[in-house]
Amino acid sequence: MNNVSESTIIIEAKKSWFQLDLEGIWHYRELLYFLVWRDLKIRYKQTVIGIGWAILQPVVTMLIFTFIFGDLVKVPSDGLPYAIFAYSALLPWNYFAGALQRSVASVVGDAALVSKVYFPRLILPIAGTLSGLVDFLISFMLLVAMMSWYGIRLSWTSLTLPLFIVFALCTALAVGLWLSALNVRYRDVGHTIPFLVQAWMYASPIVYPLSIVPERYRFFYSLNPMVGVIEGFRWALFGKQSPDFAVMSISAVVVIFLIGGGLVFFRNMERTFADVV
Amino acid sequence: MSNLAIKVENLSKFYKIGTRQNRHDMLRDQLVHTIKAIFLRNGKGKQAINVDSGAVDSFRPSQTDYIWALKDISFEVKPGEIIGFVGRNGAGKSTLLKILSRITEPTDGKAKVYGRIGSLLEVGTGFHPELTGRENIYLNGAILGMRKAEIDRRFDEIVDFADIEKFIDTPVKRYSSGMYVRIAFAVAAHLESEILIVDEVLAVGDAAFQRRCLGKMNAVANEGKTILFVSHNIDAIQRLTQRSLWLERGRIMRDGVTAEIVQEYLKYVLPTSSGVWDRENTSRQSSALTRDVEFIRLGFENRDGGRFVTGSDLPLSITIRSKISLDRVRFGLTILRVDGIPVGSSFVPARSRIEANDTVVFQLRLEDLRLAPGRFYLNIAIEGAQCGSDYARFDMLTEVLPFEILPCLAAEKVPVWQSSWGSICFNQCTAERIG
Repeated sequence: MNNVSESTIIIEAKKSWFQLDLEGIWHYRELLYFLVWRDLKIRYKQTVIGIGWAILQPVVTMLIFTFIFGDLVKVPSDGLPYAIFAYSALLPWNYFAGALQRSVASVVGDAALVSKVYFPRLILPIAGTLSGLVDFLISFMLLVAMMSWYGIRLSWTSLTLPLFIVFALCTALAVGLWLSALNVRYRDVGHTIPFLVQAWMYASPIVYPLSIVPERYRFFYSLNPMVGVIEGFRWALFGKQSPDFAVMSISAVVVIFLIGGGLVFFRNMERTFADVV
Repeated sequence: MSNLAIKVENLSKFYKIGTRQNRHDMLRDQLVHTIKAIFLRNGKGKQAINVDSGAVDSFRPSQTDYIWALKDISFEVKPGEIIGFVGRNGAGKSTLLKILSRITEPTDGKAKVYGRIGSLLEVGTGFHPELTGRENIYLNGAILGMRKAEIDRRFDEIVDFADIEKFIDTPVKRYSSGMYVRIAFAVAAHLESEILIVDEVLAVGDAAFQRRCLGKMNAVANEGKTILFVSHNIDAIQRLTQRSLWLERGRIMRDGVTAEIVQEYLKYVLPTSSGVWDRENTSRQSSALTRDVEFIRLGFENRDGGRFVTGSDLPLSITIRSKISLDRVRFGLTILRVDGIPVGSSFVPARSRIEANDTVVFQLRLEDLRLAPGRFYLNIAIEGAQCGSDYARFDMLTEVLPFEILPCLAAEKVPVWQSSWGSICFNQCTAERIG
């Protein structure tokens, strides 16, 4: 404990807008671990099928989409079976939607902690985005099973999948940082999340392929980072001939700006969290 | 390396009044205000805005909308010192501890903390009812800033202190409230930090556990830890600390030896009164009670105002006015010690009919008062009933008529009453030699 006892903490009103104190998060990594662990423990306590919910939800959505958009409306699916086509997008999407909802609600949900204990507040939205990864992995295994059922081989490009998972995580965190901080002050934000998520889903290539979006709208369309994430996912899984790297890069740039701004915004809002929450 | 544990320089914090009520303020309103403010600022000077636009005024509150919860607080703490903080509600004690715990930021000024700091502003922060005792120990420990290895090492000690071994794998939602508090305090008590900040956490649990907590605090203190301690329990402050800071309206009134500070503080909070409470001279806050029957005047009916001797009677005259007619009234009387701990109560029926718009005077007499020497005050309520119905409460006065019990020099066998002997001086006790 000797190294700790020599530490000196200086407490004063923060002057700079850009003190992010990211090493503080590293210092509190065990708390981050315990918060994620708590979230996982609690989510499926007193449920009958427990972790089965992680599979049930995307599967049911996939079945509905396949019936309505695949069979009835006959939306093109880039030559894939529609079920696989939809499920491969629902994977990152469901992860993103869950992570976003949890991180937006995180600070307000742990108001008791925020007003009584010190820790880097950034840990809360981060924990909110991390705890969805377990569900993601479980539903991913189902995808692998479904692909072998349809006789689709995993492409070598799937080695890049972790990259796109991080991409999805960063997208959720970027938006989560902005909205969770706003939610502390304006609870309206919490109410708009369900609408936001729903609208956002249709603005992403989940039930339809990117290829049906007219070329002249592509740029604006790919300002939605989830377009890049989902395109990346499908490319990584199925190794499509011509991945749309332009779309992915635009999305990545948007996320980098969102997350940078989100960090600064969150850090500056968090000063009053304890007084306002 | 400094030979200080904490150095606080000109620490200040202000709050916007009304933040609490407006905390759910609408995003829409804020947007409208912001846009207006930007728009108006472009057109005119800053000063003109305040004069011209009411909307902008409310967006940019004037000086009076702020309150300094702390103003220019400076003090130093040496390693191993135990400091008590006294002061009334809203004096800034909790705000100060929150700033030192880094929960909220100061508006101005600076504090330096040398060493690892652990704060205990609440027992059981972050406990989750669905998790087991074991799981909550780890979660709560991590929240308080303990490392996992540290919790592993002290786990048995914690369980032992909480006396909860049998239920360690039961969800805490099935715990009794006593068990819950015990386990929560046990985690906190095993924090390994050099500086410990404690706020009112001893006000929980049953008496036996409270004693144990105080004992643990003493032990922690003897280990050479620096402790900052806030409590309304003056007794605990006196027992634990040698030095105290007295805060009043966000400023330090006094800083010094606990025994002296506490004496002065109590004198300040409860000045010797004339022994009379008068409605005319008191601004009363609104309350949920109807006050269809209300107190007009209360007064001690003895020669010496608010001074009595152990064993004497306490005569109290009460004037009430009633807007309604009642078949009977009664008074509820509670005697409290200076630190707010109730000593005892009495319900005194006055079987007398009261007509509407009557003003009535009653004389109450508490006979053979066995209170020990010290300072006390009263809470008093008036309740009335129609024939056949239950009593309803109409008016209540809290913390009124401070009075002092003086030692009865002639009859007592003990010269100076000590606070550790309690607040009641029994005298109906005899000792006869039987063998």
